[in-house]
This record gives sequence, structure tokens and C-alpha cells, in this order.
Amino acid sequence: MTDTRYDRAPGAGVALANVEEGPEYGLLIYTVGLLLAVILTAISFWAANTSLLWTPGVSLGLTALAIAQMGVHLVFFLHVTTGPDNTNNVMALAFGVLIVVLVVAGSLLIMADLNESMMPAELMNLHMQH
Amino acid sequence: MNVNVALVDDVSPETRPIASTAGPAPKRIVVGYGFWIFLLSDIVMFAALFAAYAVLAHATAGGPGGAQLFNQISVAIETGCLLASSYTCGLMTLAVGSQRRFRTYLAAVVTFALGAAFLTLELREFAGMIAVGATPQRSAFLSAFFTLVGCHGLHVTAGLIWLAVMMLQIAVKGFRATVERRLLCFSLFWHALDIIWVWLFTVVYLMGVRS
Amino acid sequence: MTLLGKLDWSAIPFDQPIVMGASAMMVLVIAFVLGWVTFKGYVPYLWREWITSVDHKRIGVMYIVLALIMLLRGFADAIMMRAQQALAAGGAQGYLPPEHFDQIFSAHGTIMIFFMAMPFVIGLMNFVVPLQLGVRDMAFPTLNSVALGLTASGILLTNISLAVGEFSKTGWVAYPPLSELQFSPGVGVDYYLWALQISGVGTLMTGINFVTTILKTRAPGMSYMRMPVFCWTALASNLLIVAAFPVLTATFAMLLLDRYLGFHFFTTDGQGNAMMYVNLFWVWGHPEVYILILPAFGVFSEVVSTFSGKPLFGYRSMVAATMVICVLSFIVWLHHFFTMGASANVNGFFGIMTMIIAVPTGVKVFNWLFTMYGGRIRFTVPILWSLGFMVTFVIGGMTGVLTAVPPADFQLHNSLFLVAHFHNVIIGGVVFGVLAGYNYWFPKAFGFKLDERWGAAAFWCWLIGFYLAFMPLYVLGLMGMTRRMQHYDVVSWQPWLWAAAAGVAVILAGIACQVIQLVVSIRDRAKLRVTADPWDGRTLEWTTASPPPAWNFAALPQVAEIDAFWQRKQRALGQQTPQIQEREYTPIEVPKNSAAGFSTAFFAVITGFALIWHIWWMAGMGVLGIFLTMLVFAFRDEEEIKIPAEEIAEFDRAHPTEVAV
Repeated sequence: MTDTRYDRAPGAGVALANVEEGPEYGLLIYTVGLLLAVILTAISFWAANTSLLWTPGVSLGLTALAIAQMGVHLVFFLHVTTGPDNTNNVMALAFGVLIVVLVVAGSLLIMADLNESMMPAELMNLHMQH
Repeated sequence: MNVNVALVDDVSPETRPIASTAGPAPKRIVVGYGFWIFLLSDIVMFAALFAAYAVLAHATAGGPGGAQLFNQISVAIETGCLLASSYTCGLMTLAVGSQRRFRTYLAAVVTFALGAAFLTLELREFAGMIAVGATPQRSAFLSAFFTLVGCHGLHVTAGLIWLAVMMLQIAVKGFRATVERRLLCFSLFWHALDIIWVWLFTVVYLMGVRS
Repeated sequence: MTLLGKLDWSAIPFDQPIVMGASAMMVLVIAFVLGWVTFKGYVPYLWREWITSVDHKRIGVMYIVLALIMLLRGFADAIMMRAQQALAAGGAQGYLPPEHFDQIFSAHGTIMIFFMAMPFVIGLMNFVVPLQLGVRDMAFPTLNSVALGLTASGILLTNISLAVGEFSKTGWVAYPPLSELQFSPGVGVDYYLWALQISGVGTLMTGINFVTTILKTRAPGMSYMRMPVFCWTALASNLLIVAAFPVLTATFAMLLLDRYLGFHFFTTDGQGNAMMYVNLFWVWGHPEVYILILPAFGVFSEVVSTFSGKPLFGYRSMVAATMVICVLSFIVWLHHFFTMGASANVNGFFGIMTMIIAVPTGVKVFNWLFTMYGGRIRFTVPILWSLGFMVTFVIGGMTGVLTAVPPADFQLHNSLFLVAHFHNVIIGGVVFGVLAGYNYWFPKAFGFKLDERWGAAAFWCWLIGFYLAFMPLYVLGLMGMTRRMQHYDVVSWQPWLWAAAAGVAVILAGIACQVIQLVVSIRDRAKLRVTADPWDGRTLEWTTASPPPAWNFAALPQVAEIDAFWQRKQRALGQQTPQIQEREYTPIEVPKNSAAGFSTAFFAVITGFALIWHIWWMAGMGVLGIFLTMLVFAFRDEEEIKIPAEEIAEFDRAHPTEVAV
């Protein structure tokens, strides 16, 4: 929580009529964002279906592409940047991302660990047949 | 007296006071930030549903899994619709900023239509799955799938209702400050829904068909 | 499909005399209060000044009123449990059948955490934070009112379950498979789930409100490091609310889907995983206890520095410790289920993290001690609670660190040792903290102090009663007694349980003292009247009149340092003649009253009740009602009322403060 020189509402990047930038600038930002997102989405679909890539790496690649798409949305659509006028917004986002990572990764690790201690699958199925 | 802090964009950068000691922020920033915090809480809720889905992704109880059920073409079209609607929502934001009523309505209608198209395709997909017996009651995997994707769909539905009400508000009240603030919140909401969809189609559908 | 779903006359427990007696008493009290209020003509006043008020001070008071009432209800459950366990040794069955006993311990936990501790803490924060920040109200006043309404809805639903239907028998955590429809086919778990979902939405609104208020609306000059420590702890607590409550909402939603629509998240068939419920529940559950304790820590920081006459020792380390606790509280949650079967590595990691989180808490305790050292302590009631806290909470913390060791926890999990530990920290920490805050800020809220003698008597009864009630439970836990036992065979446990019952009786005396304190103080309020600064305070809330006007400050204070009020007082006292500044008064806009909170609460109760009893048409009407409430609010024309300058000037003249700010 640093002292910022000025403050901006999240999402309010190019919405107001700026002195320096005209309304065409806003249109350009959104259009570039759309194009980048479309390209990344297309690559994701291709990567999921192609046999050209090393299979275990595809999941990692898809995750990386998803993060990139999220970044495109944040920067081009939500106008959340790392500028000093956005510090509060970025800090809140970082906090949210931290919690999401802890909840998802933590749950996955813990549940996997717990399942390791459970009865083996073959015996489980026998038990559940009635 | 009420402390008035100039709207950030009216004053040149050097003369703006340090935000943390400038007194209460202008209403636009307060409302926008509050809604931003709400969105983060919503994303945490999706994270919990995501965690549940990830844990149960292979719990098909002998029933069909993602590879058998998911139709990638439908998902691709849905993704395109939602992404385009995010774009038109951005156009709507620009129109609101320059206070142009007709453009605002036009962009809103297109956004609504694209969002409704997304929902229609998703409902068709659900109906198709239920018709072949892949109901949420069939297995834990399907329960988690329907809940996670369905929760997103419910949010989209709520967003469409909100959009319709906002158009009514513009018609009745014009571009008042309260209305503009609410439209800012709507656009934050709509873009955030698209971000969540990015994760949904990547993890649930694209990774799901591979397993 | 009948018109009233599952609801019929058999829902009322005519065959259970104790429940019928309690229900009858509850209905009579409510009817009496409503009747008296109507007969005396207070309804227009209550509607205008309280129920539709969006003023944070009024809302804070109402939260605390709810909390105090639920304290009585939850404590009644405690008395019943202690009595039952004192009696039911050997072959004796006591007076509570298991079906009833199970509902009582479930209700006790649910009510005390969700409907006593949370509202009390939120109420204190609501009243104090805007005043300490030097602003006029919260960031979202109407949202504040709606949050209060939703909390009240949850409370009402829980209490309705006493007379109509039953409450959950699964304990306050409601683990599946017991809480699934197959093993809990009644409406009890549904009452629990819907009451908490509804009030959970309200709590989330509160979290958003406070985070925004503290980060975006403060008096000019109040940078982050000039905020009072109570505001820092409020910030940390509400960040936790925003981060943790959505997980609870999702978890309960999944259980509800299992129960209502036959989903398989946590069921034993369909490859559901009941352990995942436990995991997700405690992802919320651990931050929840920090949500409760952090504001209590904040109260103690304020009280200790005020009544020691010294600035708080180590402000920066206090802030750092608070934020560290905030983040760390999200990586310890597995310590609530060490015994569920995780590997040694996983258990060890969380055990170590749990021990680490004790460190910043220790930093805080030392800071309070160093604050008192070298100061001149005034032994008022708030300081008594603080001193009691310091001893009691530290003991509770130590038993926590003990159980944080996984091998030790394998012995102690779900024993009375654990029950003693968490009551030790919750009562010693949260309850003592909110009662200190209640005594400390009561004069600011109402313009007169609470009686000191009855307050001290209440404290001593609580302190002695607590130790008498809970120290035997540590012994019992080590002797092997598990929790939630309706009867037991080991007769050597009984003397300890008699001692615990005696302790509860002493606590009851303490609560009685508090009731008497309130009655006596209201009766003698002319004698106990105070002006702005009854305690020689250090922070900005003591610059306003007692009670403050709707607009809090005629002019927002300019803040230049920590303990802003204290510095100004020292300067003013240093001068021979106090400077009375001629102030220019300008009109102030305050938010307009709104019935949105009441309306939302009303329809939420309807929706919740209908969903519990499967009355689908009624649930639909409830949801529609909430939607229409939102529409009416969205389309209202005026949002603020202008208070004319003359009224403000008149108020200031009638309530001069000791130091012009």
C-alpha cells in the first residue's frame, strides 16, 4: 500500500474523455485486445486437439495461454495496469489471485494426499457393490 | 464541509494530491473499487467450485466423462460469442463515456444478443447431455461440471437482466452520475465473467477432452 | 405436491415438552415486546430512526443488540448441555434425549459463532471505524443496512426452527455423510444451511463495505500509517471476510445441491468425496476465527493505550503483525483435520505453519505489555477485561500450539481438551474483547457511561466462571472424554463435569450482572452523563459529541499524525487560552434513509423458510420480492438529504467539545 500520486477507479482507464487521448484511442485499445484474445483462444483450441505437441506439455501450455488471455482481458478490457494510479486495484487483484491459488492448489494437494491413504480402487468397488 | 477532490482526469498529474492523504475518494472511485472487491470475492467462490471440480474430475462412477460428452465446436462458438460480447461491452463503455445514447443502446443490444446466444448454446449442451443420461445425479464429476459451468451461466443470466435494467435506467434517468457508476460496475462484471470463462473452457473443456 | 410442501402440523414438536416450553417462552417474549412497542406508539419512531436508518452508528448498535440477545439464547444452550452432562453418568440418561441434545450442541455453536460473535464484532466495527477514520459514514450506507437485515433473517430462521421443525443435529460444522439427505432426512440441516447462506451474503457485503471504506475514504491527511490500530485490524478482518466467506457459500451450495437435487459432491455413492467438504469448510473455518479475533485485538490496542495514558508501543510492528496474521491464516487450515488421514509430510507442514502463526500474536501481546509498562493505569471496566484477556488468551494460545503438534492432536482431536482450547481463546479473546469494547464505546453511543461497579462484578464473575467451567474440560480431555456426549459410562468424569456446571452458574451470574448493569445505567443515566471525551481518549471518535450527530463531523478533521486527537489535546492544554476557531458552516449531505434493508430481510426470511419446507411457489415469490426491492431502490430519485448549515451550527453550539478540532 504505497502512497500514490493519484488514483483511478478500476476499469475506468479510457472511458472518460481524456485530454491527451481521443475516443479513437479507446476503440483501438479494445480492438487490439479482441484480436489478441481471439488469436490466443484459437491457439488454445489448436493445442488441445493437435498431435504435434508433446502430450504432457499441452496442459502446461493451455494454462500459460489461459494466463495470457487473462492478462489481455485485464489490460485491454479492464484497463488494470501496473501504473501508480492503479496500485490499489492491482494489490486487491494480487490478494485475490493469492487466495485463489491457495484454495485451488491447496485443495488439490491435500485431496490427492488424502486419497493416497484411501483403500485401493479395486477393493473399493467391491465394497460398493450391493 | 464536504471535502471535494477533483475527478482524477480533470487535473494534471503533478498537481494531484497523494491519494492516500487526499481525504475520501470521489464516489466513482469508491463505487468502482467496492465492486472490484466484490468481483474478487466472486472469483474466490468460483475458485472453490473449481477446486471441487478438479478433485472430482475423474469421479465418473462408471459413467461418461468429458471426452465422451463435450462438443468442442459448440464450446468454440460460445467462447466466440462471449468474447465478442465483451468487446461490444467495451464499445458501450466508450459510448457511455461520450454520453451518446443511440450508440449506447446499440452496443447494449448487441452485447445482450451475444450473451443470450451464449446461454442458448450452453442450455442446448446441457439438455443434450441430460438426454443421453449424463445428468448431474449420475456421478460426482457430472455434479461438479454442471455446478461449475452452471454457476457461470447463472452469472451471465444475472448480467443480462442487469443490462436490461440499466438500459431502462438510461431511458428514464439519462446519463446521471449514479447511472454511469452502475454501468462502470456492469462492465467490470461482464469482463470478469469472460475471464472466468477463459479458465472454464481451458480447464474443463480443453483439458477435459484430452483425458 | 401439496400447497405447503413438507409443512404440516407435525412440524410443531408437541411431543417434546422442553422444546415446547422454550418455544412458548420465545413466542411470548417476542409478542410482548412487539405489543408493548406498538401500544406505546414507538413504531413510527423506530421505523424512521432505526429500521430504515443507513447511519453506521445506528446499524452498529442494532448489530450489538442482536448479538446480546443471541448471547442469551446460545448461553441457555450451554447451561442445558452442562446440566445434562453433569447428570448423565453411569447408567443415568439425564433429562435431554439424544435427539434433542444433538440439536442443542449444534445450535449452540452455530448461534455463538455466526449470530453472537460475528454481529458483535461487526457492530463494534460499524460504530467505531468511520468515526476513527474521521469520515461521515461507511462507503455504502444502504448496503450496510441490507447486510444487517440479512443477518437478522438468518437469526430469525434459526429461532423459528425451535418451534417449527427441528434444528440440525450434525454439530455446527455439518460434515457429510451425516449431513446428507440419506442420514439427515429432516429439515434441521436445511434450516442450518439456508440461515447461514442468507446471513453469509450479508457478511460478505459487510466485508466489501469495510475494505472500501478503510482503503478509499479517510479524513484528509490520514495516511495508512496514521490510522488507529483498530482500523488496521478491521481492515485485516474484512479482507479475510472477503476472501473466506465465498468459499463457505460455495461449500454450502454444494451440500444444498446434494440434498435438494441429488447431486454427488459429498455423498458416499456416485464417487462423491466427503473429505472434500471437510477440506473446503475449514478453508473458510480457519480464517473465520481470525475474522473474530483480530477486531478484538484492535479493541485491546485502543483500550490499553487509552487507559495507560501512553501511545501504543510498537505501532509499526502491530500493523505488520496484523497483516502477517491475515495472510498466514490462509495456510494453516488443515490443522482442523490432522486425523483425517493426510500423510505425515502434509500434517507436518500445516503443524509448523500453525505454530508460526502464534509468533505475530505473541508480538502483539508483548506490545500491549510494553504499552502498560511505565504508564499510569486507570482500572476501569474495559481495562479489567483487557487484563483478563491477556492471561486467559495466552493460556488458550499455548494449548493451541500444543494441539498444533500432529501426534499430540491424534490424542486430543475432538476431545474435551479441544473444546476447552477453543473456548479458551474465543471467550478469553473474542468475548472479553467485545465486552471491553461494549463498555468502552457505550458512552460515545448513548451519552452516558455504564455503571462501573456492576461492570466490574460482571467481569469477575465471567473470569472466575470461565476458569471454573473450562479448566476441568482440559483435564477431562486428557482423561479421554470426547466431545458432544449425551451420556457416558466413566463415572470418574462426573465430578469434573459438576465443577464445569458450577462454572457455568458463575458465568450466568456474570451475565445477570451485565443485564443489571444496563438497567441500572439507563435508570441513572442523568448521573452518568458524559460529554465528548469521557476516557481522555486518543483517537478521533472522542472529538465528536456523545452521541455524535448524523453527520459525525461538522468539518472533516485534518490529520497530521497518529493519535491525532491526543496530539491536539496536548497542544491545546499547553496553551493558556484555548483557541476557539470561528468556523464557517456549510450544508452537509447525508445518505437518505431506505427501507431496502428491511424489505430484503423480510423477503429473505420468506425465501429461506419456503426453501426449507419445499414450498416452491413461496420461494419464487420471495426471490421476486428481493428483486423488486432492488429495482425500487435503483430507481429512487433522491439519494441524499441536505442538512442546513444552521442546524449544524446549532448542534455544535449545544455540544461544545473540550478541544476545537
